[in-house]
Amino acid sequence: MTKLLILCVVVLGILAVAQLARVYELTSRLRGKREEDISPADNRMNARLMWLFCIAYFGFFLWLVLAYHDKMLPLAASVHGAETDWLMDFNWWILLIAFVPTNILLFYFAGKYVYNKDRRAFWQPHNNKLELIWTVVPAAVLAVIIIYGLNSWNRITAPASADALQVEIYAKQFDWTARYPGTDGVLGASDFRLINGSNPLGIVTPESVAARLTELAAQIAEEDSTLEHAVLPDDKADELHAHTERLRRTSARLVNLRTVMELDIAEKGAASLYLHGADDIVTKDFHLPVHKEVNLLIRAQDVLHSVWIPHLRAQMNAVPGMTTVIAMVPTITSDSMRTHVMHDQTFDFILMCNKICGASHYNMQMPLLVDEAADYDNWLTEQEKKPFQPPATPPATTPADTVAVVGTNEQAAVPNNEPN
Amino acid sequence: MGAITAHTDEHAHEAHHHHEESFVSKYVFSQDHKMIGKQFLVTAIVMAWVAVIMSVIFRLQLAWPHEGFAFTNFFLGDKWAPGGVLDPNMYLALVTIHGTIMVFFVLTGGLSGTFANFLIPLQLGARDMASGFINMLSYWFFFMSSLVMLISLFVEGGPASAGWTVYPPLSALPQAIPGSGAGMTLWLVSMVLFIASALMGGLNYVVTILNLRTKGMKMTRMPLTIWAIFITAVLGILSFPVLLSASLLLLLDRTLGTSFYLSDIYISGEALDHTGGSPILFQHLFWFLGHPEVYIVLLPALGITSEVISVNSRKPIFGYRAMIGSILAIGFLSFIVWGHHMFITGMNPFLGSVFVFTTLLIAIPSAVKVFNYITTLWRGNIIFTPAMLFSIGLVTTFIAGGLTGIILADSALDIHVHDTYFVVAHFHIVMGMSAIFGMFAGVYHWFPKMYGRMMNTKLGYAHFWVTFICAFGVFFPMHFIGLAGAPRRYYSYSEFPMFDGVVDLNVLVTFFAITGATAQIIFTYNFFYSAFRGPKASRNPWKSNTLEWTTPVEHMHGNWPGPLPVVHRWPYDYSKPGKPEDWVSQVTPLDHDEEEEH
Repeated sequence: MTKLLILCVVVLGILAVAQLARVYELTSRLRGKREEDISPADNRMNARLMWLFCIAYFGFFLWLVLAYHDKMLPLAASVHGAETDWLMDFNWWILLIAFVPTNILLFYFAGKYVYNKDRRAFWQPHNNKLELIWTVVPAAVLAVIIIYGLNSWNRITAPASADALQVEIYAKQFDWTARYPGTDGVLGASDFRLINGSNPLGIVTPESVAARLTELAAQIAEEDSTLEHAVLPDDKADELHAHTERLRRTSARLVNLRTVMELDIAEKGAASLYLHGADDIVTKDFHLPVHKEVNLLIRAQDVLHSVWIPHLRAQMNAVPGMTTVIAMVPTITSDSMRTHVMHDQTFDFILMCNKICGASHYNMQMPLLVDEAADYDNWLTEQEKKPFQPPATPPATTPADTVAVVGTNEQAAVPNNEPN
Repeated sequence: MGAITAHTDEHAHEAHHHHEESFVSKYVFSQDHKMIGKQFLVTAIVMAWVAVIMSVIFRLQLAWPHEGFAFTNFFLGDKWAPGGVLDPNMYLALVTIHGTIMVFFVLTGGLSGTFANFLIPLQLGARDMASGFINMLSYWFFFMSSLVMLISLFVEGGPASAGWTVYPPLSALPQAIPGSGAGMTLWLVSMVLFIASALMGGLNYVVTILNLRTKGMKMTRMPLTIWAIFITAVLGILSFPVLLSASLLLLLDRTLGTSFYLSDIYISGEALDHTGGSPILFQHLFWFLGHPEVYIVLLPALGITSEVISVNSRKPIFGYRAMIGSILAIGFLSFIVWGHHMFITGMNPFLGSVFVFTTLLIAIPSAVKVFNYITTLWRGNIIFTPAMLFSIGLVTTFIAGGLTGIILADSALDIHVHDTYFVVAHFHIVMGMSAIFGMFAGVYHWFPKMYGRMMNTKLGYAHFWVTFICAFGVFFPMHFIGLAGAPRRYYSYSEFPMFDGVVDLNVLVTFFAITGATAQIIFTYNFFYSAFRGPKASRNPWKSNTLEWTTPVEHMHGNWPGPLPVVHRWPYDYSKPGKPEDWVSQVTPLDHDEEEEH
């Protein structure tokens, strides 16, 4: 019924416009006016509207600035952010100087030089001096913008110093995980084939590789026996077979990884990254110490994501297959943001996802707490004591699930959610 | 040259005999460039409506998140909008297809396809395009591509949902999002067809412009529309093949298990086999097309504007050679700036700084164009046809969007605004609005030539002013939403209290969006009504100098009944001192003591 009503309104609206147009057309035909002859009244009306629009345009702009300037991001809470904030303002002033006069001239001329049949337009095909001026002046201004911009960019993207705190941010659909180095201060190596319930970031240690290989061997054996004994429809059997083959390949690659790891350990001894993962702290809480340089190492598990921490002006994509890096120094603690800047005790810095990544992209967030050094140390010590809690929602389907569903009926009802 | 002369003679001969054509060869599989141009235009209007309705649906969601709307339910049904509440996956699908249709089908196929086909032979004095048959194929590939894209809206899992840039791995893995199933495959197939169409069209445009200009039509006597279309076609020919490769490689990753873009992925509880690929590679390939694409969209609009502003200011376009120079400069630079889309993707920061430099250089020729437009208006004798209004509208959107581009091109500042609503505001104003205004200007201006009838001027005024005001109402506030840090492509902002201060702007934006969308009904009605019932047009209603206005009002194969016109002067002799009228057609010979200006 509503659909019908909406349809009626639309159709009636179109008919009304059509009838008005018809009336206009008939009257102008009666007056012997041709459609292409724009009447002086029409010209004047549009000229006035041009001026009016110009005023409304600047008015709207001004209203937006006045009404919303305090709803923009507050001053940056990081060293480089303060610099880019300054740079942003600097650029805005330059742009404003270009924006206002060009628009004023455009609309003023448009409204002023209305057609008059007794007048001729000014014959002026070109003027080399003028053209030179407005090529050189923008070029000079842009040179300034480029120099300032690149200066900041080079400082921001310079590699972090050697004693910077290393923290890993790990993205997957649709949450974030942080990893801190243990007492050794070094993050261990990682490999996506090691990911399982108890090792969500795939940290490589001799133990994790061995455990994962055992787990894979068990899975392969289970699937082999299902293939051999259970009666499956052909397509399900093919699917399961392909899956088993994939597990075998994963297993083979892990054996390679084990060899590489063993060689690396033999060569570098305790310096090998494969020996630094065991004490890493994996957590869903994200804390950073204030005034300390931090090097965020960003990885992704499935699709592209992007680390976006607006208050720190920090943004970097998370790319499956590579580690991206962004270094920064937070300058304001969460506490002083709450009490002194935002006057809101519920305020948190937020890390949000800023690269389209799926249905829940719009809610992929993690609060960030910037602490005083002592508080940060306390928090970290606490984390060292408690083991990682796996996320409440496990991956949608695990291979074991698939097997259970297609394999034996009595297992189908038991979801394999628990980490092995 | 001999062959071409023979060809034109033959056409002239044909024209005298006036043989009747069947409906199919005249209206469907036509090889006449004018009909093909109109076919592109009408297809684009249909596609534009699909994209506009999509935008209204997601604007409703953004203004009133999680609320049900009969409108949404009407179009999407209970599967994608149970109770009228938009599904988050469908939200992403809508923004993806809205972008795809607008960028490729409306502003590339619709704009270039319409005006390149329609204007090149008419403004250069040619009987038709170099190859009428390839030209026809170009349209039918475009048609099939549109059809495949529309079909993809109805498949299980919904249409492609990874954003119009279809970055893998999201677009490569059906496990990641339902739209990456059959919908994504059809998206890629549609793009392959589209690119084939764009290449056939582009080659034809370039060949025709270089070879089939009439006597006296030197390159430096071509109207700026043709210059813009020429460079656009060159850009398309050089960059679309790269997107074709990117699409094919993505198709291979999706279907044959190759690893061009995929590596180290663990999804749905499984480690995938892919190793060694890089998602960044796709971004390089995509934007190697994607950035020239911006100018493929924009240049024809700027060309149309140059022509329309000059005609309706009754004044030569200021700095004709500088305008050509800036088109060339923009065209060249557009190939070496693609990395500015990728400052924060993990690309080497030094490479980023090179792209900052090249990108900001583009501001120089753009500034020259703006100043030249403004100077053309200065002391002109301005007639406000609807086409003129849209052209002036283009200049102001080009200023606003061009300036915010400087912020985005500055990599250090891009960190703050990358992928936020600031970007959405920027490219909708500079690319979306400018190009669509240019397209509207072109339609209003050349409608009498296309259909031999006039569009209703009053409706044109109403259409312009409502659209113009709404365009700013929609996109200007988005800058502020973006500066507050709000990411684009978010289904809702209700999970983030930090955006509470600016989300009320979304209601304002949606209000303007719905009004603006409704205003397009005026245009659509005016267009179709006038095409059939509008008052008959005279041969040269705007008193314009260019050659298309010397053709008869009734269309004919071969364009000119007699021999081809001979060109004696540049196209911008408006209000030239010593002339009786304020216009001098290009076919008027120079007086013996007259100097040619340009």
